[in-house]
Order: sequence, then C-alpha cells, then structure tokens
Amino acid sequence: MGIENLLLGFHIAITPFNLFMAVVGILLGTIIGVLPGLGGANGVAILLPVTFTMPPTSAIILLTSIYWGALFGGAITSILFNIPGEPWSVATTFDGYPMARQGQGGQALTGAFTSSFVGAFFSIVLITFFAPLLAQIALRFGPPEIFAIQFLTFSSFVGLGGGNPLKSLVSILIGFILATVGLDIVTGQLRLTFGITDLMRGFDFIIAVIGLFGIGEILLSVEEGLSFQGTKTGMNLHVVLDTWKILPRYWRTFLRSSFIGFWMGFKPGGATPASFMSYAFAKRFSKNADRFGKGELEGVVAPETAAHAAGVAAMLPMITLGIPGSPTAAVMLGGLIIWGLQPGPLLFKENPDFVWGLIASMYTGNVLGVLMVLAFVPLFAAILRIPFAILTPLIVVVCAIGSYAVHNSMLDIWYMLIFGVVGYVFKKLDYPLAPLVLALVLGDMAENALRQSLIMSQGSLAIFFNRPIAGVITAVAIFFFLLPVITPWWRRLRGLPALASMPPEG
Amino acid sequence: MRAAELVTASVLMLLGGLVIFDAVQLGFGWGPDGPRSGFFPFWLALIMVVTCGVIFIQAAFAHTDKSFVSHEQLGSVLKVLWPAVAAVALMHFVGLYVASALYMGFYMRWVGRHSWVTVVAIALGVPIGSFLVFEKWFLVPMPKGPIEQWLGY
Repeated sequence: MGIENLLLGFHIAITPFNLFMAVVGILLGTIIGVLPGLGGANGVAILLPVTFTMPPTSAIILLTSIYWGALFGGAITSILFNIPGEPWSVATTFDGYPMARQGQGGQALTGAFTSSFVGAFFSIVLITFFAPLLAQIALRFGPPEIFAIQFLTFSSFVGLGGGNPLKSLVSILIGFILATVGLDIVTGQLRLTFGITDLMRGFDFIIAVIGLFGIGEILLSVEEGLSFQGTKTGMNLHVVLDTWKILPRYWRTFLRSSFIGFWMGFKPGGATPASFMSYAFAKRFSKNADRFGKGELEGVVAPETAAHAAGVAAMLPMITLGIPGSPTAAVMLGGLIIWGLQPGPLLFKENPDFVWGLIASMYTGNVLGVLMVLAFVPLFAAILRIPFAILTPLIVVVCAIGSYAVHNSMLDIWYMLIFGVVGYVFKKLDYPLAPLVLALVLGDMAENALRQSLIMSQGSLAIFFNRPIAGVITAVAIFFFLLPVITPWWRRLRGLPALASMPPEG
Repeated sequence: MRAAELVTASVLMLLGGLVIFDAVQLGFGWGPDGPRSGFFPFWLALIMVVTCGVIFIQAAFAHTDKSFVSHEQLGSVLKVLWPAVAAVALMHFVGLYVASALYMGFYMRWVGRHSWVTVVAIALGVPIGSFLVFEKWFLVPMPKGPIEQWLGY
C-alpha cells in the first residue's frame, strides 16, 4: 500500500510544472540561505503570499524546495566564509573553514553537499514508512494526548535546546501570550487588547518570523561590520569525482550521523544538538581524531549529515500530527491552513495526493538540489561578494514586501520592525527565537486542547497522567523539563567535566 | 551586558504583570462552561514573571566583561534602523515602491558611498522588478501612492 501511494506521489511531483517549482524553490532557497539575514524560515514566510493562488501541492513543493535550498546554502557560507547561517551549521565551520583555507574548499563543499543529501535521503525514506503509521496512531488522539504532545514539543526546547533553559522557557511563554492577544473564539471575549482596536486581530506569526529572523538578523550582521573574507570555492568536476571516491570510506559516520539526526530531528530544536553530537561521536570514533578541527573531511561529513537528517525529520510531526518541528515547518503549517487544508493525521485520509506529492517531492527536491548546488556553487558564493550597503536595504525591502502581502496591512510592516528590534536584543542576550515562534503558531491549538481536556476531567490535571498514551508523553516531557537540573548533578556525581556550551537554537 | 539583561528581565516582568492584570479582570477561574478566558494567559504570565525574576537574580550576580553593544556597533545598527523607520512612515504617503527606491538609494549612497550610476540603477531596478513580479505576475497588491495612480494603477 505504501509503494502505491508513493508512486501516486511521484506522478504528482514530476509533472513539468511541479519540477519547475522545485528548481525555482531550490535556486531561491540557496540564495536565501547564503544571504545574511535571510534563512529558511523567513525566506519561506516572505514567499508564502506568492503561493496563495497556486494549487496546494505545487505551493508546498515550492516552499519545501526553498527549505532544502536554504539548508544547502548554509553549508556554503559556513565553509567558505566561516559564517554559520544557522545554529546547526556551526559545527560545519570547525573543519570546513580550515579546509577551505588550505585550498580544499572544493572537497569540503562536495563532502558537505553529499552528506546533506545522504542525511536527507535517509530521513525521507524513514518518513515514507513511518509517517502513515504515525498518522494512523494519531487519529485516535484526544485533546489530552494533543496537549501532552505540545508539552513534549516545548519541553525538548528547554531540555535539549542548549543555552540557558530559563530563557528558552521565557521565549515559549512570550509566544503563547502573544498568541492569546485578540478575540477568544471560545468565550467571545477580547484579551490583552486594552481597548485598542488594532490589537483585536492579534499577532500573525509570519510577521513575527520575518521580523525576528529577517530584520533582527540584519541588525546583528551590520553590527559585526561585515566585510566578508571569503576563500575561493575551488570547485570543478574533477574535485567532485575525487571526493566522491573518498567519501564511501566514511560509511560508518554517514550511518551514525543519519540516525542521530533523524532521532533528534523529529523533536523540535533537535537539529543543533544533533549536529554537535554527531561531530563529537565522529571525533571519538575516528582514527584521525587529532586532525579534527584542523580540516578533516570527516568533521564536515558528520555534522552536515546529521543537520540535514534532522531538518527533514522536522517535517514528520508536521504532516502527521500538525505540530511543526522547526520554525520553517511552522510557516509551512501556516501555509497549509491558508490553502484550506487541515493539518494533522486526517491529511493522509482526506488529501492523499497532497501528502504523497509532498513526500515524493522530497526525493526529487533533494536529488535536484544536490546537483544544482554542486554545479553552481561559485555563483552562489558570488552573492556574498555583493557590497553590504546594497544587500542590507534590499533585504529590508524584501522583508517589508513579505510582511505587507500577508494581510495587506501597513500595520504589519510596523510590527515587523518592532519584532526586528526585539529579535536583535533577544539574540544578543541568548533568548532563543525558535520556541517563541513555535509557541505563537501553536498557541490557539494548545489552549483549546488544554481547555477541552480540563472540561473532560472537570478541572483535574490528572487527566494528563492517567490516560496511557498521554501519561507516557507527559512523563517524558517532565523529564525533559528537568533535564537541565539533572544533567549537571549527574555529571558531578560521575566526576565528569561540565558540558561544552552549545549555541541556543534559533 | 549585565544592564541589558536586567532591563530585559524587568520589562518582561512588567509585561507579565500587565497580562496578569488583564487575566484577572477577565476571570481566570472556572466558568460555567470550563476555564474562563483569563485562565491560560494568567498561568503563562505567572510562570513568566517568576522565571524572569530568577533570570534577573542570575544576571545580577553574574560577572561579564562583555558589553552589550559598543558605540560604533550601535551606530551602524541605527544607520539601518532609522532610515528603515522613515521609509515605512513614507510608505503611508507615497506607497511601497517609491519609498523603497528612496530608502535603497539613500542607504547605498550614504553608507556604501557607491557611484550614482549604481545607486540609481539598483534603486530604480529593484522596485520596478518587484512591481512586475508582485502586481503583474502574482497579483499581490502592495501599497501604492500618487505616482502609481498617475501611471494608471
């Protein structure tokens, strides 16, 4: 049954129009991934309005392809310019940049792209088999289970996200509070509007994404004074083929990193710890451990494989449970609602052509993606050589267009600027932004699930513990919440040194 | 850095207090048909105030030599920010395309000191390009002003 569905999906994904959408998406996505201030999440957010008039399947193919492209683009800046575009490409710079400095940029890039492809492919295959099963199980979920899963989603940010867990918690709470602003559809009361009519509409998370990630990031990068010291790409067919001859040697690293990436990735905030974990494991098991950090190809392979496996795995909870695993997936989820689809397990029953078209397009998108980036790396790298005084206002204008287009509202452009300043301050103080955005997206859903659960139990919280599935999920969530407290204590008990610090997600 | 931490935590505590105030007014207990409107915001804000309190105390006792922002850094950030604010204000009157052209032109010339040819080419090219893409191709309308009206849009 699975194979038939997948074939149906391929019929949809390889129509000329959808293939064209994939190519356009990857091209735009890679440019977005390379540009400072534009990452996957806000790139997808800005282009969302463009998809309103498209058939949903083509629209999601365009948006997911942007996402794949942005993931590839991040590797280019990390290796050639030592600028990790996203937190999960930090580990790629450890060995990627030294390699580029030693004139092995071509090998590093080929290694990175190929590993990305392998990691992504691994996750897609797992999604193909697990997504229908998970959706089947999720169909039986009631409000307590849905709330417990949301609880788990946010607990993993606190427990696994890195950085200060209290700040992750605050970000989550701010997101949820912003989500409550406006009309409460259950009681019909206005909340947190303080009599201001403009606040009745509430805050749209797409605007928040564009402001926090787009404008905030631009402010951060101008602060650093940006004169990019890029190295040459050194890419040609010869280098690619030579590197491909070496890569099979690292099959253990590929396999291990793919597993780590998938396992960490379907939980939110998993991509960054996955890339670091995978790097650490590769170093531990490698024969050339002392070469790590000085320009070892395996040190590029490990984090890239894991980060992409995780990035793709983040789509699994989005299509099966309606809960996004990353800010980018959150924006896509918003897109689903706008296109008139109901995200969640019913999608597999009611819109099989959409779901399987999407899954099949992950295969085609990643194959196209790796070929395109390998062929056009020098062009993409050239984008970063555009003078900064031209790029900066250009990106601000693009962000403004994207914000306005969502609701045709000037007020949204002002919100975008405010979110931009907030994003800048939060980023500097290490308040993670990804949980804030996810909480803003999921706020209404979480509140409804909580309300319905409490009505079912007449106000008792025990309902989250005494139903078998909800109980297990809640227990795991509480464990994650306590993890930051347990870990230092546990390590001290075992006489281990404190963990090296990781950048917070988002 | 310490001051910025303390200020941010305090502002967040104040906002949390505001949310609690609103939630109490709406009622945060059990209504005739389940939890009242203020229930969810009340508990969120309460946890937020407590958490920010802990962050405040952590920051107050922490030692960092790193400053939040240096004078030059703030300067370059403001150089992006205030023209952007001015451009958005201008959009209310002349529309998005004209305001973007002026903003881009101004920034490229003032900060980048690019030649007038580059400045004019990009400042005109990008808005015209986006006009064609959004208004013509994808039919997504942007705010327009007198110039677009005069041209018949």
